[in-house]
Amino acid sequence: MDRKIVIPGDLLSEDTRRAGEGTYVRNGKVYSLLYGIASFRDKISVIPLAGKYLPAVGDNVIGVVKDITFSNWILDINSPYDGLLHISEFPKKIDVEDMSKYLRIGSSVMARVKDVDPAMKVELTLNDRRLGVIKTGRVVEISHTRVPRLIGKGGSMISMLKKELNCNIFVGQNGRIWVSGNEEDMDLALKTILLIEREAHTNGLTDRIVEYIKDARRARG
Amino acid sequence: MDERVFIKDGIRLDGRRFDELRPIKMEVGVLKRADGSCYIEMGDNKVIAAVYGPREVHPRHLQEVNRAIIRYRYNMASFSVEERRRPGPDRRSYELSKVSREALEPVILTSYFPKSVIDIFVEVLQADAGTRTAGINAASVALADAGIPMRSLVSSCAAGKVDGQIVLDPMKDEDNFGQADMPIAITPTGEITLLQMDGIMTRDEFRQAIELAKKGCQEIYRIQRKVLIDRYSQFEDLQDEGSRR
Repeated sequence: MDRKIVIPGDLLSEDTRRAGEGTYVRNGKVYSLLYGIASFRDKISVIPLAGKYLPAVGDNVIGVVKDITFSNWILDINSPYDGLLHISEFPKKIDVEDMSKYLRIGSSVMARVKDVDPAMKVELTLNDRRLGVIKTGRVVEISHTRVPRLIGKGGSMISMLKKELNCNIFVGQNGRIWVSGNEEDMDLALKTILLIEREAHTNGLTDRIVEYIKDARRARG
Repeated sequence: MDERVFIKDGIRLDGRRFDELRPIKMEVGVLKRADGSCYIEMGDNKVIAAVYGPREVHPRHLQEVNRAIIRYRYNMASFSVEERRRPGPDRRSYELSKVSREALEPVILTSYFPKSVIDIFVEVLQADAGTRTAGINAASVALADAGIPMRSLVSSCAAGKVDGQIVLDPMKDEDNFGQADMPIAITPTGEITLLQMDGIMTRDEFRQAIELAKKGCQEIYRIQRKVLIDRYSQFEDLQDEGSRR
């Protein structure tokens, strides 16, 4: 696959049908919209090297409660926009008065983006078996632009990590990652995730990460 | 004033030709806490630009429901000029903040981030004529570094008139004692987003000055592009070495 670093305004193609994410079309030509890495497949897309997380419907995110209002929890989701978790989206039926018993300010949750309206009102839900309040494990934060690399093509990286690290991992598209396992495994897991963030734009990363984990395990004996 | 000579044998006071820029040095990502940043030296100008956002708007009433707003603050340090400058905004810096913001606004896709703000701070550490152009150049690179979607970068430089001759990128003496100064900002596709002038030029001189300044901007654009591309290719080389070991 052909990859290249581009800046905003770089000409990518003369074929408008190839315009993918992070590009724009002007006068029948495709240009880059972002400073990032362009990958030339059927479609040309540009993945940014930095930037803020913009919530999209269906994304898994990790949020931290920052305020409680009548029937809504307001969550910081590492984005310019706050997430709203309505009381009816809590897996259990609870009373308005009891909201802070289940989720107080500072609590972390694994949630899914249910809806985003044009005014960027972000509605979250906890109604799924994989979602819920975080009670154990640890959360690390990386740049959301590195999340696709952490997941890998067709989930290759993340499934390898879960197996090799012996941990349960939940990846929030907003760059927050929950890891749960025994203490030693979690230490290594956090180190590995931060390594992937640093080296996200290099080739042959999955194989190097496998080696890294094996080395670390061997060193510990 | 008539005693002054700015040009001798086609060479300017600092040894440049008419169509020559002052040396430019740029560095990206110099501030850890900012979302994007850039430091630039254009001759004896030293300017640093920081970009924060998109982020929540405070105060709330400035918020726009369908797009991001852009705030640009141009500020000169009190020690940036020979005579100590009173700190804080003044009439001049309000004007420069406004025109610089308007120079960058057309390339930023603000509709991607409704109800938010993109803050740009430009601090002039040392001034030697042409700080607004240096600020725009740095801010445009800092915006790209912050990952903000833009149609293109913006490049900016000035042309002036001294001893009846149109010159590129006037330095302080040429600006203070010359006949005209005309800063412009332009996209690589040739759209002018800033055009100011003080002094007097004929129509022909004006056209000549625009052409000269455009050439200067093209050169600056190449430097802006290179500094952004090189940041990661350098990194990639290091990584390759690491994996070979």
